[in-house]
Amino acid sequence: MAPPANRRPGFSRRAQYSLFTGYVVAALGAVLGAGLLILSLIKPDAFAGLRGAASDVAAPVGETGAVGRTESQGIFEYLAGYIRAGSKNAQLREEMELARIRLAEAQAIEQENKRLKALLALDDGGTPPVARARLIGSTSSSTRRIAYISVGANDGIRVGMPVRSPRGLIGRVLETGAESARVLLLTDGESIVPVRRAKDNVVAFAEGRSDGTLRLRLVNLGINPLQRGDVFVTSGAGGLFQPGVTVAVVSEITKDGAIGRLLSDPAATDFVVVDPIWQPEAVAVANAPPKDPVP
Amino acid sequence: MIDEYNPRARRDPFGSKINRDHSPVIASSLPWVTIMLGSLCPMLPIIPPAPLFPPAGFMMLLGWRLVRPGLLPPWAGCLLGAFDDLFSGQPFGCAILLWSLSLLAIEALETRFPWRGFMQDWLVAALLIAAYLVSGAILAGNGSAAERIVALPPQLLLSVLLFPIFGRMVSTLDRFRLRRFRTVR
Repeated sequence: MAPPANRRPGFSRRAQYSLFTGYVVAALGAVLGAGLLILSLIKPDAFAGLRGAASDVAAPVGETGAVGRTESQGIFEYLAGYIRAGSKNAQLREEMELARIRLAEAQAIEQENKRLKALLALDDGGTPPVARARLIGSTSSSTRRIAYISVGANDGIRVGMPVRSPRGLIGRVLETGAESARVLLLTDGESIVPVRRAKDNVVAFAEGRSDGTLRLRLVNLGINPLQRGDVFVTSGAGGLFQPGVTVAVVSEITKDGAIGRLLSDPAATDFVVVDPIWQPEAVAVANAPPKDPVP
Repeated sequence: MIDEYNPRARRDPFGSKINRDHSPVIASSLPWVTIMLGSLCPMLPIIPPAPLFPPAGFMMLLGWRLVRPGLLPPWAGCLLGAFDDLFSGQPFGCAILLWSLSLLAIEALETRFPWRGFMQDWLVAALLIAAYLVSGAILAGNGSAAERIVALPPQLLLSVLLFPIFGRMVSTLDRFRLRRFRTVR
């Protein structure tokens, strides 16, 4: 049906004006939104303070929910354990045999490591974490992958600090509020982590693909040496992440690297640890604006 | 002899009709509050590795706008979008823009197709949800927009299928909104 030429709601001037003003204000709102959007695309941290304050207010509610999530997960796992218990038992027994052998090997390597480190007089340098926190929630309906944690600037959290779970790296702190912080998850399209293969020194970048996987892009191109099941750990390049934290396992080989699955699925994580920035000086230098070119 | 009154004779689904009236606070604020609660969904302890959850704030907005036309002014998208932007993870301004445009689009569609019906409302909502999710993925920031769009179909399908349920939720809330809480003296 063609729209009526006359959109007047009646003869009341007041009704006519308020209808017209409503449309004008809505259009102005859209224009305002476009302006703010362009501003925040150019300067992503422009509204960080506003977001931080808002998530500070909402975080206590989220934390209550997070407690419930941890407990309900336990119940489901407990029930699921009864299904196919026999075959699982046999499989686990076999896996444990293998794991015992690997453990013995690892102990030998640890011994050797200690000996070699003593030889080189290296400090082991296990830095204590800044804070422990609960993952409250995440932007589950946006293509950006950002999670909320229950600690903030008051607990010593600063932008850029790596966040990890016992199973591996989760992401890094993007913005901080007073009592809550936003964490850029590894699967976000803007997250890039320098990694290396755990068993040798094949270096790569792990980029988020926002569909739950990581793209592992090799630094040295050539023959692709990767195989399915290869584990990647942080390399420490760039100074942000401590070396040796597990990141991903290769699930699919591509031309210039591989597609990796996350080892520390944030959905299965309740508590996370926030580490200090590994080499603050290096990060400060890398983030500083370039000086005048040397003549 | 006069029979006893049916005790429900002076009641309707909104409560007793005698001596009771709507609460103006609830009647005017409930749509706004429930849409804002939908926007707070990122605070739920659901942490999927890829976007999966329907954009609850936007779906509530569409629900209220399509189930009860005329209740939300066309400029509501600006204010409610600003609140949604604080939690959604999208760059600030994204929802202000897209929610305002969606409400204006519904106004334009309603002048052209003035009928109402379940299928038509669902179709309109499905089109707007698809447009919202795709433009949200494009506007989400730098990086590959194509890759983000590829990750969308499961979320899009779930959101479109869930919309009638959001509509039913809104109509239940609407009955609550017009219950007669206030005692008139």
